[in-house]
Amino acid sequence: MTHWLIAPILIPLLGGILQVVMGYAPISLRRTLALTITVISLASSIVLLVLASDDSYRIYAFGNWQPPFGIVLVLDRLAALMLALTGILGLFCHIYASGGADEGNRQFHALFLFQLMGLNIAFLTGDLFNLFVAFEVLLIASYGLLMHGGGTARTVPGLHYVALNLVGSALFLIGVGMIYSVTGTLNMADLAVKIPQVTGNNLNLVKAGGMMLLVVFGLKAAILPLCFWLPKAYARATAPVAALFAVMTKVGIYAIVRVFLLIFGEGAGELANLGMDWLFPLALITLSMGVIGALGADSLKTLVAWQVIISVGTLLAPIALGSVAGLSAALFYLVSTTWTVAALFLVSELVASQRGLAGDSIVTAPKMRHQTLLSVLFFIGAVAAAGLPPLSGFFGKLLILQSVEPGVEMAWLWGVLLVGSFLTLIAYSRAGSIVFWWHVDGHVETPEPINNRVSISTGILTCLTMLIVVLAGPVSDYTRATAEQLHDNRGYINILQTPVHVPQNPLVGESH
Amino acid sequence: MELLFALVIGALTASGVYLLLRARTFPVIMGLTLLSYGVNLFLFASGRLATGQQPVIGTSANYTDPLPQALVLTAIVIGFAMTAFLVVLSLRNLADNNNDHVDGKREKAPPSSKQEREVTGK
Repeated sequence: MTHWLIAPILIPLLGGILQVVMGYAPISLRRTLALTITVISLASSIVLLVLASDDSYRIYAFGNWQPPFGIVLVLDRLAALMLALTGILGLFCHIYASGGADEGNRQFHALFLFQLMGLNIAFLTGDLFNLFVAFEVLLIASYGLLMHGGGTARTVPGLHYVALNLVGSALFLIGVGMIYSVTGTLNMADLAVKIPQVTGNNLNLVKAGGMMLLVVFGLKAAILPLCFWLPKAYARATAPVAALFAVMTKVGIYAIVRVFLLIFGEGAGELANLGMDWLFPLALITLSMGVIGALGADSLKTLVAWQVIISVGTLLAPIALGSVAGLSAALFYLVSTTWTVAALFLVSELVASQRGLAGDSIVTAPKMRHQTLLSVLFFIGAVAAAGLPPLSGFFGKLLILQSVEPGVEMAWLWGVLLVGSFLTLIAYSRAGSIVFWWHVDGHVETPEPINNRVSISTGILTCLTMLIVVLAGPVSDYTRATAEQLHDNRGYINILQTPVHVPQNPLVGESH
Repeated sequence: MELLFALVIGALTASGVYLLLRARTFPVIMGLTLLSYGVNLFLFASGRLATGQQPVIGTSANYTDPLPQALVLTAIVIGFAMTAFLVVLSLRNLADNNNDHVDGKREKAPPSSKQEREVTGK
């Protein structure tokens, strides 16, 4: 048993507690410490990524309780991929925030680190109830971050966000309770063993519980009937927070992939592929809805917030079809789209800071300062988001298109995805040309200066899309191996047999 | 006992959902609280209802499941913190928007009394 698994949780936890204690220390000291913690946390995630790439499952059993009796952390390729994705995103958002957005709230860095901790627990945990706790940890931190920076515009979307997520938590508990009442376990590996054995009336209970979990994860992932809270909340959050929230919908997608492939996957007997025939049409409608929203957006941040919903639809459609190739393509696109959307949020905020009263509204305004830098960054982000060659969004969408078998699903997916991408392109062209190309006479009275931290973090996050293109081979190899590992859930179930407590040195043990 | 327990959970959840759909923040918070009571009782029942049994396997033929109690405890703590946060947030909403409508909308002027309408001739 390796102790590395707990590092991505412990490091932000300790760092966050330190930030709470030293809330009155000078801001430069708090920033330096918080950024150091984020870097160390990212480093530990990368160690886990390296560890996980040997295709084995590693577990960390709290208190050395043999699973399924205790709570376990499980590291596999998917968990490691999500950890590294979040770690890199978190680092650049944090650098951006330390450029000035963290002022006005003493606990910003603490909340930010707790948010990272919640995300990391959610990706690592191997226990359904622990997943609920992880959701609550990341949600309570996100409530605080969403309200950060004040402004009356944030109160109402914040209220909706909190109330909706509390209802989601209640549904999660009901679903967990229903599944527990039949199976008597909440360990995911043990559930994967017990669920195929369920028969008779209990089958309907588990089915209802599973569908309820799908609703909860759908709320987190913002699938169509449950997505209307997202655009307002994200568009009004501070830029680094909105950028970090780009990974929050992916937590919902992660949970769907983890729970539904492992527990209700091919081997789940009568409950195999539960809910997946619902998910495919919903994903396509979500995608269409996102495109309509993007076309109607009146500000850059709203446009990017709808892009989050577009990417959710694009990701879930191949996942619902359930092929290895589809899942692999979706994971590739997930990495690309998370970073791109986050970068676009940061660019939008920079644009807003240079346009005075016009802010990030899609209207003509006086010429902004740093026009070249900002327009190039927006252009790169928009090309990657709309899925044009040569950036990573194109490769992601291409892999998704290639992954479908010929048939009715293929016609639907190709049609919706291609038309959707084209209309998204129109939305970005319209926004970009109005904001960057057309000017009215006059000058902006008070453009805020752009400091190095802000511009460098935005620049690097935007250019990560090019890095993915350069590393497309290794990344797609990794996601393919991840998809294969996820489809064969025997490996995950085997962690139940892994003996947790092995005496390191039996001789020393005997001499006591 | 099972019937009574189920009825209580049903009543709590139904009133919770009804209040949740109201337009003011205070009933919404009350609704969420009632809903979480219902959910906590439901979780408690997921280990089956048993009275006077020991929570230890092997001591007798029947035992009561201790795990749901631990789950309920966690859920209560989390629900309590979340409710506290929501109360503060809705107070902030009240201060920012001068009313406690969940959409932050200003109320329409209350319909004037019949007498007034007759006087103004509307």
